[in-house]
Amino acid sequence: MRDVAVLGVGLNSKWGELWEMSLRDIFVEAALNALDDAGVDRVDSIVVGCMTSGLFVGQEHLGSLMSDYLGMNPVAATRVESACASGGAAFRQGFLEVASGAADIVLVGGVEKMTDVGGDEATYALSAASDMEYEAYHGITFPGLYALVARAHMHRFGTTREQLAHVAVKNHRHGARNPVAQYPYEITVEDVLASVMVADPLRVLDCSPITDGAAAAVLCPVETARKLSKKPVVKVLASAQASSTIALHSRKDLTWFESTAEAAQKAYRMAGKRPEDIDVAEVHDCFTIAEIVVLEALGLVERGKGGQAAASGMTALGGKIPVNTSGGLKSKGHPVGATGVAQVVEITRQLRGESGPRQVEGARVGLTQNMGGTGGSSVVHIFETV
Amino acid sequence: MANPARYWREIPQRYRLEAGKCRTCGTVFFPPRLVCAQCRSRSFETVRLSDEGTLVTYTVIRVGPSQFADQTPYAVGIVELDGGVRITAQIVDCDFEKLAVGLRLRVEFRRIQKQGEAGILCYGYKCVPA
Repeated sequence: MRDVAVLGVGLNSKWGELWEMSLRDIFVEAALNALDDAGVDRVDSIVVGCMTSGLFVGQEHLGSLMSDYLGMNPVAATRVESACASGGAAFRQGFLEVASGAADIVLVGGVEKMTDVGGDEATYALSAASDMEYEAYHGITFPGLYALVARAHMHRFGTTREQLAHVAVKNHRHGARNPVAQYPYEITVEDVLASVMVADPLRVLDCSPITDGAAAAVLCPVETARKLSKKPVVKVLASAQASSTIALHSRKDLTWFESTAEAAQKAYRMAGKRPEDIDVAEVHDCFTIAEIVVLEALGLVERGKGGQAAASGMTALGGKIPVNTSGGLKSKGHPVGATGVAQVVEITRQLRGESGPRQVEGARVGLTQNMGGTGGSSVVHIFETV
Repeated sequence: MANPARYWREIPQRYRLEAGKCRTCGTVFFPPRLVCAQCRSRSFETVRLSDEGTLVTYTVIRVGPSQFADQTPYAVGIVELDGGVRITAQIVDCDFEKLAVGLRLRVEFRRIQKQGEAGILCYGYKCVPA
């Protein structure tokens, strides 16, 4: 396999309720930003990550749509779906195309346009990431499913309600330094504990929001990046993916994401790195409890200690292992199909030293973890400046 | 959207808790599958799950989908039925304060949701304190 680099990255200028922008415009704006950052205007292939544009706006066939509106026909363009891990899975497909030699320059983008429907339809669309016949049928929602995980984690490890809140507080503190973030302001533990209950014990400030947004990255061989780019070259050290049961109730251990642990083990092996080598990480905090369990499954935090990690400042900027410097899904927003690619955008900028007020000093090795449903799928990537 | 065929084909599971037991390794799957995830065998017999079990984890849904509007707020949990198979089900006829990990429950046949503008009724299992 060829060594692969991230040549360029891009987001929209702002994430949130983008009323004036359509699905295609959101995607194309982020893609053009990534192409400009990469300094290229031609690609061999386009991969689009998107969870459910069919349910959100009634549009499928995003490969053709985006290739057309980028003015790039007739390049090959395909959509990749893995629920909330669609972006990570799309990035992995782009990586594999370049690594295999099937393409030299690939544009990977992720997008979700979520605010063209009301809250009820959005809840329905997102529930399609669960088992529709044996979970959603019985009235469980996504906040509800993660509430089941939270209750199990609290019961087994003594994780507290306040520790959950600290995850949201920390990610909002980071997001306040990110102008793209949907909610770029700080909140307090008291704010979280006083917010509306959605699914006990999770409150609305434990939940990532409904967001319109896109993210994009341009991939090429490391050798090409060295010739084309004046910026530090960010190499993709590892790309790994794993699956677990679609239904949460089918898992023996409800306090663990097997797909994340499995993908992480594969990624560390491929990269020749250990958890303690990671300088900065972007992980899937769709709900506060998710970040806690994910950090344990990644081996970045000791089992059962995920709650303490947020409360102690270990995972904050300036801490031992800063997590979600972008603000995470919680503060930056969670346009589901875009999230996995946006994590790559943040880590690339961190490793290039371009993150301004939220820069992790001296960051050389970064990790992204993107998760579908309640962990039915997970994608982990590891990056290093070379 | 209660497509009749989609609803009808799940009736053996939702009304009668019919599961598939692997004839080779004995693992029970609910709903039934075509291939065993443990031993890859493709031979199964139909068995009925126990209608008693224990609450493993739970939540109270305060913001629910429209099909459940007339029931919100409602409790949902993961229940380990005697024999080991776990299901997701509503916990009803139980004060929210009495919900607790380890609570003994019994499965009952109930109305689950009301779909669409016509209000088509869909049935299945819910759990009540034993």
